[in-house]
Amino acid sequence: MATASLETRENRRAWGFVTPALLWTVAFFVIPFIVMAAISLATRKGREIIMAWNFDNYIEFFEKAHLLKGLFVSLEITLTVTIISVILAYPLAWIIAERVPQKWQRMALIMAILPFWTSYVVRSYSWLLVLAQNGVINNTLVYLGVISEPLELASTRSATVIGFVHFFVMLLTLTIYANLVQMPPNYRRAAADLGANGFQVFWHVVLPLTLPGIMVGAFLTFVLCIGDYITPQILGGNNELALPQVIMLQLGRRADFPMAATLSIILMVVVTMAYIACARWLKMERT
Amino acid sequence: MSRHVSTGKTRNKFLSSTATFILGAVAMAQTAQATEELNALVWCDHTDPALIEPFEEKYDVKVNLKEYEGTGAGLSIIEQSRPGDWDVFVIDGVDVHRAVEMGVLAEIPADALPTSDIFPEVVMAENNVVDGKTYAVTEKFGYNTISFDKTKVDPKDMEDMSVIWSDKYAGRIAVYDYYLPVIGLVGLGLGIDTADLGADDMPAIKEKLFAMKKVSKQVGEVVSSQTALATGEVDILVGGGEWITAVLSEEKPNLDWIIPKQGGLRWAQSIGVMKDSEKPDLALKFVQYIMSPEGQARLATSSCYWGMPANAKAGENLTDAQKAALRWDDQEGYLKNSQLYPIPDADLDAEMQDAWVEMLQQ
Repeated sequence: MATASLETRENRRAWGFVTPALLWTVAFFVIPFIVMAAISLATRKGREIIMAWNFDNYIEFFEKAHLLKGLFVSLEITLTVTIISVILAYPLAWIIAERVPQKWQRMALIMAILPFWTSYVVRSYSWLLVLAQNGVINNTLVYLGVISEPLELASTRSATVIGFVHFFVMLLTLTIYANLVQMPPNYRRAAADLGANGFQVFWHVVLPLTLPGIMVGAFLTFVLCIGDYITPQILGGNNELALPQVIMLQLGRRADFPMAATLSIILMVVVTMAYIACARWLKMERT
Repeated sequence: MSRHVSTGKTRNKFLSSTATFILGAVAMAQTAQATEELNALVWCDHTDPALIEPFEEKYDVKVNLKEYEGTGAGLSIIEQSRPGDWDVFVIDGVDVHRAVEMGVLAEIPADALPTSDIFPEVVMAENNVVDGKTYAVTEKFGYNTISFDKTKVDPKDMEDMSVIWSDKYAGRIAVYDYYLPVIGLVGLGLGIDTADLGADDMPAIKEKLFAMKKVSKQVGEVVSSQTALATGEVDILVGGGEWITAVLSEEKPNLDWIIPKQGGLRWAQSIGVMKDSEKPDLALKFVQYIMSPEGQARLATSSCYWGMPANAKAGENLTDAQKAALRWDDQEGYLKNSQLYPIPDADLDAEMQDAWVEMLQQ
């Protein structure tokens, strides 16, 4: 009886702790999501929104090449950014964790994430100045005689990728660094004692153990990158539109909320699929 | 040591209190500065402090400005707002009817406006007046045509609209990211008057839009388009005009604009009072200030972009250099060789916007 009463009290306490978070999630995620899903089934006729309860917007998305292309552009940019960021962040995190003396590691990390302290928009515009025809890179290369005519760097997909990579390398460096410093040095010593060379130690011991850090960082990069509107808008020069830009066009120019909701749902589905893929690979799901 | 810490704490406390006091004083001063607020949904030329501050000082009011580009964006903002959020609305002259149909604009007493001082060609009663009631007044006008750097391109090439989709200047062209005027220009290039532009013309227009995109370097809004032309990133701006080059006339005399032989698009912006405004009298005073010769001169030479003032009396408040940059004396010819924006119905508008996004995705 006493045990049952204790259990009830524990349960109540647990619910007491969980309820605020649940209410928050319901109020600011579940309900807005249901509303958005419902609006995606409506239709825009002229300046009126009619609750048609059909999938016309979804069909239109797959039928209209310029809308579908938004998704492919987003995926291509996001995957490119994620891969390049991982390739650049891993050595950086490794150097900070393994080569920088411990007393300087904190300072090195701060230096690595320093660009985080500036505004995201300002950082994107700064890249525009660096990459412009009369920007720092082109002027330097022309001055050094490496090129005779300025390169087309700004207003391209490459510019968008550079802007993103600059941001996400910092994020990935943090997640990978956190993994590297948690790894006991004995694992590597044991592998070396058993005859593994430096590369084998890295490939068979270090890399698998730091994979969670890589995947967490890569997933965050994927999510933040695929949903970003600012960087492609500023650095891409409107020469192609990523899905968030297409969504903004529906809202800003057409007030077509049903189509914007449809595109947003599709974006969420893609992010969910990415999460499922990562969760399975990392065996993060509960069994 | 403890004395030192204590002194440090006292100093920090003093600094913190001082900072709080200063912030509080600033906040109170700001509150005391203006007794009323007016919310205006405008184009970027209205955000110039040189234009707004004289009104704010005269009427002891704080004017909150939100800028937008394109009627669709403006109406979208209104749809997402609550009635009464906005007091004043600046809108494309050709879209006043749309706003009236939506019940957005209030009637303005015709005798409250200086209609007789407005250049007759831009009174645009057919747009600003609905069923005999005046809902808006033209405040500024200009042209969407071709701006260019005359030291880098052959000005003679610019006389033919087809230059915007030809290969001759490939990679040196920027396009102003507003579908209506640019589609109108492409239509003019194909010999289609804006008033006649319909759904049947869209396949041909799309073809030229895609060709134009192929040879262009970027498609951007006002500031990025202007920057691209001014910094030499591009040599031609499709959709440009005096509103892009006049503001830079002193610093960049190499920039010029032209109305091609096929004609150009004439833009005209109107200003009106919002129907649900809770301060209609103050809103009307703002409209009257903007339409006064002083307000018109300031609006014409706003830091965002220049354009011809609708009120002819504004000339008295403009310098000769400003009038020359605006080409004050050439307006008669320009007005004859220009057409108003296309006025698509909802279906054609959707088709045009789809074509525009398709072009961007090329």
